[in-house]
Amino acid sequence: MLTWVRANLFNNIFNSALTLLLGTLLLYAFTHAWGWGISYAVWSADVEQCNAARGTGACWGVVAEKYRPIIFGRYPFAEQWRPFAATLLLMALLLVSCVRVFWQRWLVALWLGVLAVFFVLMHGGVFGLTQVDTDQWGGLPLTIALASLSVVGAFPLAVFLALGRVSALPVIRTLSTVYVELIRGVPLISVLFMASFLFPLFMPEGMSIDVLLRVLVAMILFAAAYLAEVMRGGLQAIPRGQYEAAASLGLTYWQTQRKIILPQALATVVPGIMNNFISTFKDTSLVTIVSLYELTGSLDIAVNSDPNWMPYKLEGYLFIAAIYFVFCFSLSRYSQWVERQVNRGKVH
Amino acid sequence: MTFWRNQKIRGWLYQFAALLLVALCVAVLADNTLENMRTRGIQSGFGFLSQPAGFDISESLFGFESTQPYWQAFLTGLGNTLKVALIGIILTTILGVLLGVGRFSQNILIRGLCLTYVEIFRNIPLLLQLLMWYLVCVEWLPTAREAEPFLGIYLTKAGLALPWFGDVPVKAGFGIKGGVTLSPEFFALLLGLTIYTASYIAEIVRSGIASVPRGQLEAALSLGLSRAQTMRLIQLPQALRVIIPPLTNQYLNLTKNSSLAVAVGYPELVSIANTSINQTGRAVECIAVIMAVYLTLSLLTSVLMNAYNRRAAIKER
Repeated sequence: MLTWVRANLFNNIFNSALTLLLGTLLLYAFTHAWGWGISYAVWSADVEQCNAARGTGACWGVVAEKYRPIIFGRYPFAEQWRPFAATLLLMALLLVSCVRVFWQRWLVALWLGVLAVFFVLMHGGVFGLTQVDTDQWGGLPLTIALASLSVVGAFPLAVFLALGRVSALPVIRTLSTVYVELIRGVPLISVLFMASFLFPLFMPEGMSIDVLLRVLVAMILFAAAYLAEVMRGGLQAIPRGQYEAAASLGLTYWQTQRKIILPQALATVVPGIMNNFISTFKDTSLVTIVSLYELTGSLDIAVNSDPNWMPYKLEGYLFIAAIYFVFCFSLSRYSQWVERQVNRGKVH
Repeated sequence: MTFWRNQKIRGWLYQFAALLLVALCVAVLADNTLENMRTRGIQSGFGFLSQPAGFDISESLFGFESTQPYWQAFLTGLGNTLKVALIGIILTTILGVLLGVGRFSQNILIRGLCLTYVEIFRNIPLLLQLLMWYLVCVEWLPTAREAEPFLGIYLTKAGLALPWFGDVPVKAGFGIKGGVTLSPEFFALLLGLTIYTASYIAEIVRSGIASVPRGQLEAALSLGLSRAQTMRLIQLPQALRVIIPPLTNQYLNLTKNSSLAVAVGYPELVSIANTSINQTGRAVECIAVIMAVYLTLSLLTSVLMNAYNRRAAIKER
């Protein structure tokens, strides 16, 4: 114990001074943060108390009061069990998809099935559920749905783009490269603007598509370019011998890709795919700008609509920041774990 | 052998089919767009760029008035984008390198602090961070009247006032005069972009340094170099080759992410384009301008980077 302290905190004069200085600063910051966030904070949904504690303590009452509209957005209050159940289902499926032994063909079918159930639960209109249009969807369910649908939707497109970029056919290679570089060169917000301003113009006369669908398509097109680059990395890591062996067995191009190359390539890039999912998850916050009220947007609506609680928006922001953090942090830990698994399987 | 079994011919057929498909898609979309624009009475073309913009821009490098044409508004926006991107890149590099190097400190407090920083700021969406910084800037900071200077710097609701070559900011009436003043929008955006990107750069720097063989560290120490000297003279220069390519990517990301300014009201390119779309309805043209500008920036950066990479590459004996 003493040796550890000496080695890590006081191994020379400079480090000892640094430890003392930094330790004092940290202690000061920590006590202040603790005081503001915990000891002097107001936990009940009581505006009077919050106003009294203003400046000295946080008002977590805003979360206690508004957690339903923050988490579920404008979804009708009485029906909020539906997004709750639908999100739980989707998260359970995400968890199942994280386990390696389940990476089977039936998982694709399960995904399609769960997505159908998700849509029915959220949208209703059948089985005696009241209909809730997509413009009322919001909050955390929308964040999770957008993130997972974008990555799942981008997956097949990304496989073709990645294969296209390493293809021997010049036209296909150029088309894929141009697409990937074009999308990667522009900010997501411009693609979202396209979804909100241009997609309606692209449709044939008299046909209009839902905002949610338009944004989802934009997110898919955007995520696919990045995902394709991740997969290309995996494809290029496959030794030439694998292609030659497949060719000498008489396999066609698609047989080679499907049975030999893609399974190996995709397995090595699972961490990259996970990281892509994390960035997409964070990127969903941008859809607020084109008026879809996911977690960030629903907080704005929930707090701004009530002048009593408006001064405590920062506490609301910290609350949703904590939600984002929990999701992204656990996903990144999982991705690091998979990375170690993948590396362990390799023969050096 | 029948001709469709010929690999070469099949290759050509595939490519022809792909080209046809893409052309068809483009044609259908363009046709629909033109048709829709006709029926809705939307005018098209870039002619509007020379018309007066009719809106004010809260901050600009060379001044902007609402009577000036749209193309100058776009240029002003581009100037603002480049301003925040350049300053942000400089600051985030410094912060990121410090945080990355800090991960190798012998002091566990510093190691822990750097790790915590990276984990926190990487796992919260940038937009949310920007909104939080902006809220703190406009609501939690003191007004110019109540503010007390710190080393001649005023940090108030009106923004950040810095001394500039002997021109020290002072309180005057309701505001602050003198020095250089950064608007709260600019300050919040700069802070958010710098802090967020630094967490990525820190990881890049860390893994770059970790990729330098341990023998280098041991050799340097046994030559009598201090820890700091070893880092500065031995480890960092060798790590640079691994660090530079992903670092460039982060610079580009920072530039692209500056488009989130639209949420805090800093008038950079995308905000200006957004305003222009709402005023003129020329969505196609305005979005084309945004994309063209960003693609040019990306292309320029990658050309510069490739040139640098050729120079920095290890010269094999």
